[in-house]
Amino acid sequence: MSAAVPVLEAREVTKAFGEREVLRGLDLTVREHEAVALIGASGSGKSTLLRCIDLLEEIDDGDVLLDGEVITDPSIDPVGVRRRLGLVFQAYNLFPHMTALQNVILGERRAHGASKAEAEERGRALLARFGLAGREDDRPDNLSGGQQQRVAIARAFAGRPRALLLDEVTSALDPELVGEVLQAVRDLKQEGMTMVIATHEMSFAREVADQVAFLHEGRILEQGPPTQVLESPKQEETRRFLSRLLEAGRA
Amino acid sequence: MPSDRRLEREAAKRRRQRRGQAIAVASSVVVLGGLAALILTSPGWPTVRETFFSWSIFKQSFPHVLDAFWLDVKVFVIVEVAVLIIGLVVALVRIARSPAIFPLRLLAIVYVDLFRGVPTILLVFLIGFGVPALELSGTPSEPVVLGGIALALSYSAYVAEVYRAGINSVHRGQRDAALAVGLTETQAMRHVLLPQAVRRVAPPLLNDFVALQKDVALISILGPLEAFREAQIIEAQTFNFTPLIAAALLYLAVTVPLARLVDRLGGPEGAVR
Repeated sequence: MSAAVPVLEAREVTKAFGEREVLRGLDLTVREHEAVALIGASGSGKSTLLRCIDLLEEIDDGDVLLDGEVITDPSIDPVGVRRRLGLVFQAYNLFPHMTALQNVILGERRAHGASKAEAEERGRALLARFGLAGREDDRPDNLSGGQQQRVAIARAFAGRPRALLLDEVTSALDPELVGEVLQAVRDLKQEGMTMVIATHEMSFAREVADQVAFLHEGRILEQGPPTQVLESPKQEETRRFLSRLLEAGRA
Repeated sequence: MPSDRRLEREAAKRRRQRRGQAIAVASSVVVLGGLAALILTSPGWPTVRETFFSWSIFKQSFPHVLDAFWLDVKVFVIVEVAVLIIGLVVALVRIARSPAIFPLRLLAIVYVDLFRGVPTILLVFLIGFGVPALELSGTPSEPVVLGGIALALSYSAYVAEVYRAGINSVHRGQRDAALAVGLTETQAMRHVLLPQAVRRVAPPLLNDFVALQKDVALISILGPLEAFREAQIIEAQTFNFTPLIAAALLYLAVTVPLARLVDRLGGPEGAVR
């Protein structure tokens, strides 16, 4: 493990929605080129954590650092921070009134100031890279769920993010479409993309993640290499969570 | 070669369709024929026919009413454009979260409450007669302009609410996604939320166009010679209501195509692209 500054760091992050405390002093470190899989029950705060990192939610206490800089300071402009991160949503959230290509280049054109020609050239290359050559002019409703999610990944990647945040990117997909999306994430990992991956796919976490972090009651209860956390968890709660998944046939 | 079973189904389907058509025709004949018979046999029909449907007076008055109708069309087009712009601005002010524009937001709420709550005819009166009475220099004094302003103020309040409902109906995930790709709130509104909202509210907006087109007749109370006013004048000269029928037909000539357009936009496919 390098001694360099981590790309992302959450320190004692607290977030409540009204009375409901979702994150209760959460710590997490993500180093360069590292993929961290966030696992945990539904409602354990995985999505909330990713949304807090991307500043779509304001945290109540603690800090989030990006490349050593505190980004959750209220005086910092969230727009600039979001331009350095990419977020992929569970429900894709593609813009339905735009074509696949327009979805991918919107951020580059409007947020990063690229020229139309430049953005389009790169957008086409990105779509082709994720197996979507020829679908540039299709609107989201004409694409399958797997294709839509790959467009969404291309869109998040188009802004050349320092880190990609993936929020249950396969949960809304039909089982036979999961593979193509996971392949896209695998490719990104191979390229050295730094990623935080909230997921229910344990086999995928085992394969792609360098670290697995188990989220329970608003904290990271256990963290380590996949073999350790998934195969010989130290915490009773982790064991219980994994055996429940095993029963449901998802591990 | 289709199977017997299939041929049988198709024959049954055709029988059902024929039966449906026959019922539709029969019920139309009964209802419309009954209504026609009722009207044509009523004791006052000969008089009504003479005073409302006189062909000679129609021919004579129609060109005049049509001339006057162009004023309606002009007012309609100009007011409609103004309404689309003012309504959008008011809706955006009401939705914006920035504390800096809090006073504007308050103003927008008061504006919508006030102008949507007052009958349009009353506004036309108040503005048409009230503003000139102030004797302020620089204020318009043309009745057509004042009437147009009254209509624009009234309809903008409705249209603002239509826009606002449309913007609020766009899923919040769209805003999240727009912000996540690095857009500012303003850019997210302009490139992501607003285009989707406008597509959605096109049918109710057109519905308000139809209403506005008719309400242009209200400016006649201020004096301008638009179709309804012209028809009334001829009516007063001839003691015959046929010119009003001519005016009604002209309004219909604009509103019916608009209504069909609304139907198409809001049709079962809802295919608004």
